[in-house]
Amino acid sequence: MAAAQAVPASAARREPRHGLRIAVIWVVLSVAADLVIWFAWGPHMPPGDMSSSAADQQFDFNVLAVIGAPVLIGVWTYFGYALTVWRQKEGDDEDGPGYLPGAVRIQATWIAVTSAIVLGLAGFGTYELIAPAGAGSGQGPQPAFNNGVLAAASDTSWSPNTNNILQVQVIAQQWLFTYRYPQFGGFETTDLVLPVGQQVRFNVTSLDVVHSFWAYQLGVKADANPFVNDVAYTTPKQAGGFTVRCDELCGLWHGAMYDYGKVESVPDFLNWAHSTETQLTAVTKTLPPYALIYTPSEISGLAKFYYQAGVPGAGAQYYGPQYPAEP
Amino acid sequence: MAIEIQPERAHEPGGREPAGPQRLRPWWARPAVHTGIAGAVIGYLFGHWLGNFLGGGYEQATFGEENNMAIVLGYVFATIGWLAGLGVFNDAGRFLAGKPFPEIEHEPAGGLARYFRLTLDHKVVGIQYLVGMIIYFLTGGLFAMAIRTELLSPTYHLLSPGIYLEVVGEHGTMMMMMMSSVVLGPFGQYLAPLMIGSKRMAFPRLEALGFWLTPAAFVILLSAVLWGGFPTGWTGYADLSVQATQGMDAYLVAFGLMGISMILAGFNIICTIICYRAPGMRWSRLPIFVWSMFTVSFLQVLAAPVLVGAFYMTITDRTVETAFFTPDLGGSTYLYENLFWFFGHPEVYILALPGFGIVSEILPVFCRRPLFGYKVGAAGMLGVAILSFFVWQHHLFDSGMDPDMRPLFMLTTELISIPTGFIYLTAMGTFWKAKIRLTVPMLFALGMYFNFLIGGISGVFLSDVPADTTSHGSFFVMAHFHYTIMGGLIFAFMAGLYYWLPKMTGIKLNERLGKIQFWTMFVFFNSTFLPLFALGNMGMPRRVFEYARNLETLNDWVSISAFLLGGSILIFLINVVWSTIVVRVPETGNPWNSRGLEWQVSSPPPPENFARIPVVLSGPYEYGVKGALPVADLNPPPGLISSALAASGTEA
Repeated sequence: MAAAQAVPASAARREPRHGLRIAVIWVVLSVAADLVIWFAWGPHMPPGDMSSSAADQQFDFNVLAVIGAPVLIGVWTYFGYALTVWRQKEGDDEDGPGYLPGAVRIQATWIAVTSAIVLGLAGFGTYELIAPAGAGSGQGPQPAFNNGVLAAASDTSWSPNTNNILQVQVIAQQWLFTYRYPQFGGFETTDLVLPVGQQVRFNVTSLDVVHSFWAYQLGVKADANPFVNDVAYTTPKQAGGFTVRCDELCGLWHGAMYDYGKVESVPDFLNWAHSTETQLTAVTKTLPPYALIYTPSEISGLAKFYYQAGVPGAGAQYYGPQYPAEP
Repeated sequence: MAIEIQPERAHEPGGREPAGPQRLRPWWARPAVHTGIAGAVIGYLFGHWLGNFLGGGYEQATFGEENNMAIVLGYVFATIGWLAGLGVFNDAGRFLAGKPFPEIEHEPAGGLARYFRLTLDHKVVGIQYLVGMIIYFLTGGLFAMAIRTELLSPTYHLLSPGIYLEVVGEHGTMMMMMMSSVVLGPFGQYLAPLMIGSKRMAFPRLEALGFWLTPAAFVILLSAVLWGGFPTGWTGYADLSVQATQGMDAYLVAFGLMGISMILAGFNIICTIICYRAPGMRWSRLPIFVWSMFTVSFLQVLAAPVLVGAFYMTITDRTVETAFFTPDLGGSTYLYENLFWFFGHPEVYILALPGFGIVSEILPVFCRRPLFGYKVGAAGMLGVAILSFFVWQHHLFDSGMDPDMRPLFMLTTELISIPTGFIYLTAMGTFWKAKIRLTVPMLFALGMYFNFLIGGISGVFLSDVPADTTSHGSFFVMAHFHYTIMGGLIFAFMAGLYYWLPKMTGIKLNERLGKIQFWTMFVFFNSTFLPLFALGNMGMPRRVFEYARNLETLNDWVSISAFLLGGSILIFLINVVWSTIVVRVPETGNPWNSRGLEWQVSSPPPPENFARIPVVLSGPYEYGVKGALPVADLNPPPGLISSALAASGTEA
C-alpha cells in the first residue's frame, strides 16, 4: 500500500487519481477489518484466556492480526484495482508505458515502511516473550525468561499463595503422558490437575523419543526430550477442563497420545493431591526417586527387558511386549 | 569487459565434433533405462550380500528381521548399478583410459528414445525433468488424497495408524525432497542456457547425473512402503528414526540421493550462469528468472551437504551403532534437529524462490511494461537466500534449546519478510497503469501472488514466539507452508508450464481448459487450506489420525475440497495429454510476444540453441520503452566477437 500512496498524483493529469482511490478503499476496508478483528473476533481468538500464557498468546494473535490485515488488504486492493482498471482493451496491441517515474522514491518508501513494521514486530514479540516469562513455551533446563516467576522454595512441599511455585513433572513416553507431583510425595499419575490462580512450573521430559507436551487451552507447549528437562510456566485463571496432546510425531500411536486435564479450585486441588498421595503410597515406593530426568535403562524392570532381549547400543530404546502397542 | 567476452571463449564455435566413430550397437546393448534397471538389480543383490557379510554381527535394534546395513548398502549399490547401466561412468572411463570421448552431444531432433537414456543436451534433460517432476508430484498428491480420506472421520477408519503414518511420511517426503527440483529441474536446466545466450550447460554430464538420480531416489523412497514405511514424517527426527524399522533406511538413502542431485544441479547452474553468458548479457540484464535460479543454486550447494551429513550420521547410528543422536550413549536429539533445520529452512526457500522468479519473469510480458525495480527484485532474492541460513531455530522455539537465542531468531525470521516484500513491490510497480493481459500463465502468476501473501503473513504469526507456542506443530503451520509451497511454488510452476511449454515443445496448451484448471485449482486450493489455519488454532496437531469430534465438520469440508483440488489437477493432466498428444496445435513462434532471449529462437529451439553466439543489446523487459534496442543480435557478423576478444587482449 506504500507504493500506492507514494505515487505522485501529477503523473496522471487528466486521469483519475488512482493512488488516492486505492488509498481510500484500503483505509476503509482496513479499518473495518481491524475493528471486527479486535472487538468481535479477538475475545474468541484461540487459545482463549484460560491461563496467563494463553491470554498472552491470544493478545499476540490479535495484535498481529490487526497489523497483518491491512497489509493483506492493501496488496489485494491494489491488485484488484489494477485488474479492474488497467486491463488491456480489445484490439489494443500497443505496449504499456515504459519506466515508472519516481521509482527510486517509491522503492525507498517501501523499504522504509516494511522495515519499520518488521522491526516493530520483532520488538513487540521480544517484549511479549520476556515480560510474561516465556509465554508458556518450553525454555529448556535453565529458563532464560522468568520475569515474575516465584522461586522454587521447596521441592518437597507446597501450599497455596506462598513464595513457592507448584511443580508438575510431565513424563512423556510412547504413547502416553504421566505426571509427577514432587511436592506431594512424588506420586505419579495419569491425571493432570492444577489449582486455579497458582503459578505452575512444568518440568517436561521424555523416556524415549522426542514428544511435545501441548496443553492447548493453557497455552503451554514444551518439547519432551529424553535426558532433558524442559521448563514452561503458566498460571491457570479459570477452573475447567483442558486438552493435552502430543505435538511432536513420536511413532505409531502419536495420533492417540492425548488426555484431558482439569483446573480446580485450590481446596479441591489440595484434596485431590493429598488423597491421591495417600492412595498411591505403595506404588510411589516402587518408582525411581524423583529427578528432573530419567535414564530408562536404569529403571528396574525395563533394564531387565533390555538385557534379556540382548538389545545393545543405539536404538536400544524399544520397550517390548510388556508395554502394549495399544494404550 | 572480461565477463562479456568470456562466454565466447568457453564455446568452441559450433561445438566440437564428437570424437571417434559412433559405433552402432543393437538397441538392447545401448545404455538406456533397461540396462540401468539391470544394473540396479545386480547392484542391489551385491550390496545386500556385502552388507550381510560386513554387518552380520550387528544385533538388530528393531524388531525387523533384516540387517540395516544390508539394506543401506543394497540401495547404495543399486543406485551405482543403475547409473552404471545408464552409462554415466562411460565417458569418465574413456577419459581415464586416455580414449577419445564426445565433447558435447546435441541430439538430433525427434526420436522418443533419447528421453530414456543419458543425454548431454540440456533441452532433453529439461524435458526428462519435467515429465519426472509431474510424475513425482502426482504420486505425492495421491498420498495427500489418502490422508484427507482418513481425516474424514475423527478416529481411524480407513487406514490403520501405521499405514496412516506411512502415507503421511511418503507424502511429505515426496513433496519436500522431489519438488525441490520442480522448477530448477525442468525450467532451470532447459531455459537458463537459452536465457543467457549459451549453447550448453557448463557440466552436461553432471546435469544428466543429477536428473538420473531422481528416479532412483523416487523408487527407493516408494520402496519404504515394502518395509512398512517410516514413522517420522519428512523431518526424520532422531531418535525415533534410530528406533524405526527398515523403511527408515529407504527414506535416508532416497533423501540423501536427492540431496546429492541438488548439489550437482546447483553447481552446474552457478557455473553456467557465471561463465556462459553471451556477450552483452551483463548481470544487470540477467533475466529475473535466471537470478532466482542463481540464488536457489547457492542455497542447494550450501544447504544440501548438511542434510547429506546428517543422514549419513543417522545411517551409521542405525547400522554400526554409533550414537550421534542417542542420548543414552552421549548423543543428542538436538544435534539432529539443528542439522536438519539448518538444511530444512533454506530448503523452504529452495521451494519458494523459483516461484518468485517465474512470476516476476512472466509479469512484464503480460503487463506490457518493464519490470519495476528489477534490481530490488534481484536483491530481494539474494537477501532471502542469505537470511535463510540464519533462521533455522524458529522451528525449535518450543524445543527447550537455547531459550536466550529466541529473540535473535525471531528477529532474523521477521527480517526475511523485507526482501520477500521486494517481490511484491516489483509486482505492484509493474501493474501500475499497465496493459494487463489475462492469459493462463498470468492467471496462475496472480494466483501465486494471492496465495503466497497469505502464506507469508501467516508466517509472521509463526515467527512470534508467543503466538507460535499455540501454532507450532499444529495444522496452522501445515496450512502456512502449503500456502507458500502449493499456493506459491506449484501455482508458479503451472504459470511457467503454460508459459514455456510452447517454447519447449512447439505446442500450446489449450487455453480454455487452462482457465478451467486455474479457477478450479484456485478456488479449491483456498477452500482446502484456509480452514486449516482455523483447525490448527483450534488445537489440531499435525500428523494425527484422531482429532476432537467438534473439528469433524471443518475437516470434512477440507477433505471434500481436497478431492476437488485433486480433480483440478486431473483437468491439468487431461489438458497436457489432449494438447500435446491428441490435438497438437503447433506454436512455433513467439506466442506471448515476449522480449525474452529464449523466445528469439524458434520453438522448440534448434539442437545447438543459437546458430551463432548472440550479442545481447538490451535488457529483457523494456516493453513500451521508447528507443529500446532489440534484445539481442542473433546473427552478429562473423569475426565480431573474436576481434573484440583480440582488442581486449584476451585469447580467443
